[in-house]
Order: sequence, then C-alpha cells, then structure tokens
Amino acid sequence: MKILVCISKSPDTTSKISFTDNSTKFDENGVQYIVNPYDEWYALVRALEIKEANGGNVTIISVGAAGDEAVIRKALAIGADDAVRIDTDPTDAYYTAMQIAEYAKSNGFDLVLTGKETINYNGSQVGGMIAEALDQPFVSVATKLDVNGTTLTLEREINGGIEVVEVNTPAVVSCAKGMAEQRIPNMRGIMAARTKPLQVVAPVAVDQMTTYVNYTMPNAKSACKMIDPSNMDQLVEFLHNEAKVI
Amino acid sequence: MSVLVYINSKNGLHKSAFEAVTYGKKLGDVTVITTGALSADQLATLGNYGAAKVLVDRSVEGEDDQQLTRVIASAAEVCSANTLIFSHDLVAKAVAPRLSVRLKAGLISGAIGVPSTDGTVPVNVFSGKAFGHVKVNASRTIISLLPNSIQPEENGSACSVEDFNGNAGSAGVKVLSTKKPEGEIPLPEAELVVSAGRGLKGPENWGIVEDLAAALGAATACSRPVADIGWRPHHEHVGQTGVAIRPNLYIAAGISGAIQHLAGVNGSKVIVVINTDSEAPFFKAADYGVVGDAFEVLPRLTEAVKKFRASGH
Ligand SMILES: Cc1cc2nc3c(=O)[nH]c(=O)nc-3n(C[C@H](O)[C@H](O)[C@H](O)COP(=O)(O)OP(=O)(O)OC[C@H]3O[C@@H](n4cnc5c(N)ncnc54)[C@H](O)[C@@H]3O)c2cc1C
Repeated sequence: MKILVCISKSPDTTSKISFTDNSTKFDENGVQYIVNPYDEWYALVRALEIKEANGGNVTIISVGAAGDEAVIRKALAIGADDAVRIDTDPTDAYYTAMQIAEYAKSNGFDLVLTGKETINYNGSQVGGMIAEALDQPFVSVATKLDVNGTTLTLEREINGGIEVVEVNTPAVVSCAKGMAEQRIPNMRGIMAARTKPLQVVAPVAVDQMTTYVNYTMPNAKSACKMIDPSNMDQLVEFLHNEAKVI
Repeated sequence: MSVLVYINSKNGLHKSAFEAVTYGKKLGDVTVITTGALSADQLATLGNYGAAKVLVDRSVEGEDDQQLTRVIASAAEVCSANTLIFSHDLVAKAVAPRLSVRLKAGLISGAIGVPSTDGTVPVNVFSGKAFGHVKVNASRTIISLLPNSIQPEENGSACSVEDFNGNAGSAGVKVLSTKKPEGEIPLPEAELVVSAGRGLKGPENWGIVEDLAAALGAATACSRPVADIGWRPHHEHVGQTGVAIRPNLYIAAGISGAIQHLAGVNGSKVIVVINTDSEAPFFKAADYGVVGDAFEVLPRLTEAVKKFRASGH
C-alpha cells in the first residue's frame, strides 16, 4: 500500500502567541516549531503501523520553505521512507491542498492521510479539499483505521456519536485521537532520517482564495472574583444576577 | 444577495441550525438546503429565523460527504448563491472543504462573528489564543459558523418547503453501524459545561461532577490526562488537542489551567474555577474563583443550584 502523509509545522503548544507588522504577521521570534500533533501522533504513526503489518511505502509531504526541512526530518526520524517538500509558502488551505493534490495525482497513492486540523489555523480544510480535487471519498475525524486489501474499515466521530464505516481505496482520511499512540524517535531513527530521500518539488500555479488580513488578541480578563468555599449560594447568585449565564 | 444555508436535520433541528440561518439572514436572502426525513411542517419553522424557503432532498438519508457536496452544489446553482453558510460541526468539516474546491469558493471555517465593515470575518486561530480576520478573494464565499457564536433571532413567521432533487449520486462511504451515547448534550453546542481534571483523583469520583451537570442542565467535559488514562471518554477532552468550546458558562474543578487546556476553553463567556491551590494558573483566566476542595465544593454548589432551580429559575 502506498501511503502519503501530509505534514504541517505548527508552533510548540507552549508558544507565546504575538503578532508583528501592525498585527498582520505571526511573530516567529523565539517560536519552536513542531510537527502538527494530529499529523504526527495519529496520521504518521498509523501509516507506519499499516506499513509494518502489510508492507508498502510511507511518503511524507509538506508544503513550505527550505526552513521547514528540520520539521520534515523530525517526521522522517519517526519512520517514514521518504519525503517531498513543495517549495512554496502555504499561504492558505486551498493553495496548500491543491499543491498536495497535484503531487498525489501524478504519483498515485492508495491512501492520503492528514491530521484532523492544525493547531495554529484550526481550519480542518486541507483533507476535504484534497479529496474533492482527487474525486475520492473522504473520511474525516477518523479515530480508528484498519486495512484489509483494498477495503478500509474506520471509526469516525459524527455529531453526537461514533460511526463505523467502510470505504474502498483510493481514499483520503483525516486522523484524530484514538488512531495511534505517539512514537518517540530513537537514535537510529534520527541518524537514518538524515540520509532519507527528501525531494524538493516546484509549486504549481494556484489562486489564493483567502487572506488573513490581520490578527487581534482576546481582551484581558478582569480580576477573578474570589468566593468563599462555604458560600455557594453566593456563587449561584453572581452567576444569575451579575454574569447572567444561569 | 442570495445566501444558501446548509442545515443538518438528521437528528432534528438544533440551536446551531437556528444560529446558521440567523447568520445567513444578516447577509442576504436565505434559502435553506437540507436532506433527510424531517417533515415539511418541522422544516417550515426555519422561517422563524429568517429562511425564505427550504429545499429538501429526501433521497439522501445519511451524511455522505460526496452526496451532500453534490446536492449542496446543485442547490447553490439553482438559487445563484454566492455565499454558503454551515454550522461548523463534523459534517461541515467534511463537506465545506469539498465545496470550496467544487465551487471555487473561499472557505472561512470556524467563524465566531458576522463580517465587519471591511469585509473580514473573525475566526479563532492558534486554538483560541488569538483571533484572525479573514477576507475571501474569490467571487464565492463559504462560512462555517462556530456554535454559540451568535444568538438566534426569531421573527414569528414560517416559510415554504419544497422537495428538491440535487442529483446526489452514490455514496462513497458505506456506514456499517453507529454508536450513540444516550441522552447527552453534544459538547460543542452546550451552553453550560461542567469540567473536571486530575484533581478528582479517579473515575469513581465523577458522580459529583455529573450531579452538578444534571442540576444545571450542563454537558460534562474533562482535561486531557483524564481522557488519556481512560477515566472519561475521549470526546469529553477539551483543549488545544481536544474539542474547542465556547459555552456561556465553564466550570472547571481540579484542573490546573495549563496553556493547552485554556486554548480550548477561553472563548467561554464566564469561567468558574474550583481548585485547592490558590496559585493554580487557571485563576488568572477565571471570572469567579473558589479556593477549596472539589469534593466539598461541588456537592455544595449542586445543592445551591438545586435550591435556585426549585425557586422557579
Ligand atoms: C502538545 C500538548 C497538547 C496538550 N493538549 C491538551 C489539551 O488539549 N487539553 C488539556 O486539558 N491538556 C492538554 N495538554 C496537557 C496540559 O499541559 C496539562 O498537563 C493538563 O491540562 C493538566 O490536566 P489537569 O489540570 O487535569 O491535571 P493537573 O495539572 O495535574 O492539575 C490538577 C489540578 O487539580 C488541583 N486539585 C488537586 N486536588 C484537588 C481537589 N481535591 N479539589 C480541587 N482541586 C484539586 C491541583 O491543585 C491541580 O491544579 C497538552 C500538553 C501537550 C504537551
């Protein structure tokens, strides 16, 4: 089975978020980048497990500038066979998805995996866009994925429950918690990652459909009102009369 | 302007549907597209929130992303809609991106408000740590609205309901079975949420959390370690790597308030924190704080809420 795993970089979850250039740009100063947790913990690790059980090949793809290769090497250290970097800034989800779809189209994969969302832009857009561009079924927010020949059996979250579904390859799946457990790369993996093939591909011309014009920060909370732990009637009274939420 | 609003009516009509129609009405003339078995009388109530007409394709029973994409795209053609609205739920997460490609439309997902005068739409970014203001560069726009971001507005009218054939085609995904937790309020839509963390010490102690949730009519949630060790189901895990929620009231007991937890809940209107440690970081993000033992404070709060509810509230 040929599997393509889409990897995005995202700021470490403890990063302090701030903006520069008149609040139009994310301030990368001092920010540590990691592989987006959903891509790494679930999509990539499950792809490796499938390969270990059934044979095949796992390719990582990421849309980004040369500076992102450190993040790609991290993902290779966890165990993928090779990687592709589309050499351009991932300006929006549509632009990014069309670059990946173009590569997938000309290289033929049985399965394309993404994380359920990135933790910086939280769009949940790229997987569905790739699926439409490839005219393939899309199983979103999957929490379990088993392969039997050309049939995939999955569990996915639906509104207010879980659905067990079946789909034939080729297909696109976005991966969420439950699918696999995080793997910490070992020394051998890190060493091997240095020499694994990382192909750089030129981007295709695609329109950018959306623009982040600027960013704002939430209003700072006013001081927290402390309530005597023995007086919960007072808390209820505040929630009703002052906060008006009950 | 012609606006098409997709409503998921599979499990009846929910507040998130009313929010989406209200949102659409603020942008133009609303046609609703839906599928499934809901009666015309039930669907006509969407007029109350501003829909002029409801189109229903009864050939589609499930939530197959390719079938819904075809049906919604046909409806968009029929009513020449240049704006499409979804509620940002699990169906929207699968279908809206497909439509963005099919209709060459700019997609703004997880909107938390209406477009401002410069045409940008506010969304959460960095898992709720900041807001982005997004503009669409295409002639068509798709917006998916985060639940609890606007209030439904009613006008007392009903609307017409028409059967519609959207050429759904065949489903790409075959549903084998579904599992549903019974009688629960879906977490992303809940207005009141009671949440607890490792401070509760074990799954056997969750009774006091559920009692408070029942007294309030709230949904329950938890911190990540609690879901990881299996004390609570995964769908209750809120935060940066779980569900992001924005209820009116979020009560957190025995949760320290780590940055990754806050990311998923700081859109809440009012936050109450109950923690034995007066230095817990969560108090900095709270509106009301109680320094105390959750095992004593939660039952006491439940009694106070019951008394309040019994007095007619
Ligand atoms: C990449 C990454 C992603 C993450 N994503 C998430 C996420 O999405 N969501 C999330 O929640 N976490 C997430 N985390 C974990 C996060 O950093 C914290 O470890 C976690 O939120 C802590 O959970 P907790 O508050 O339940 O437990 P603890 O930090 O152990 O806190 C327990 C709290 O309970 C209090 N307490 C103890 N006994 C009592 C009592 N009897 N009554 C009242 N209070 C009591 C203690 O004072 C303490 O403040 C993530 C971490 C990483 C690295």
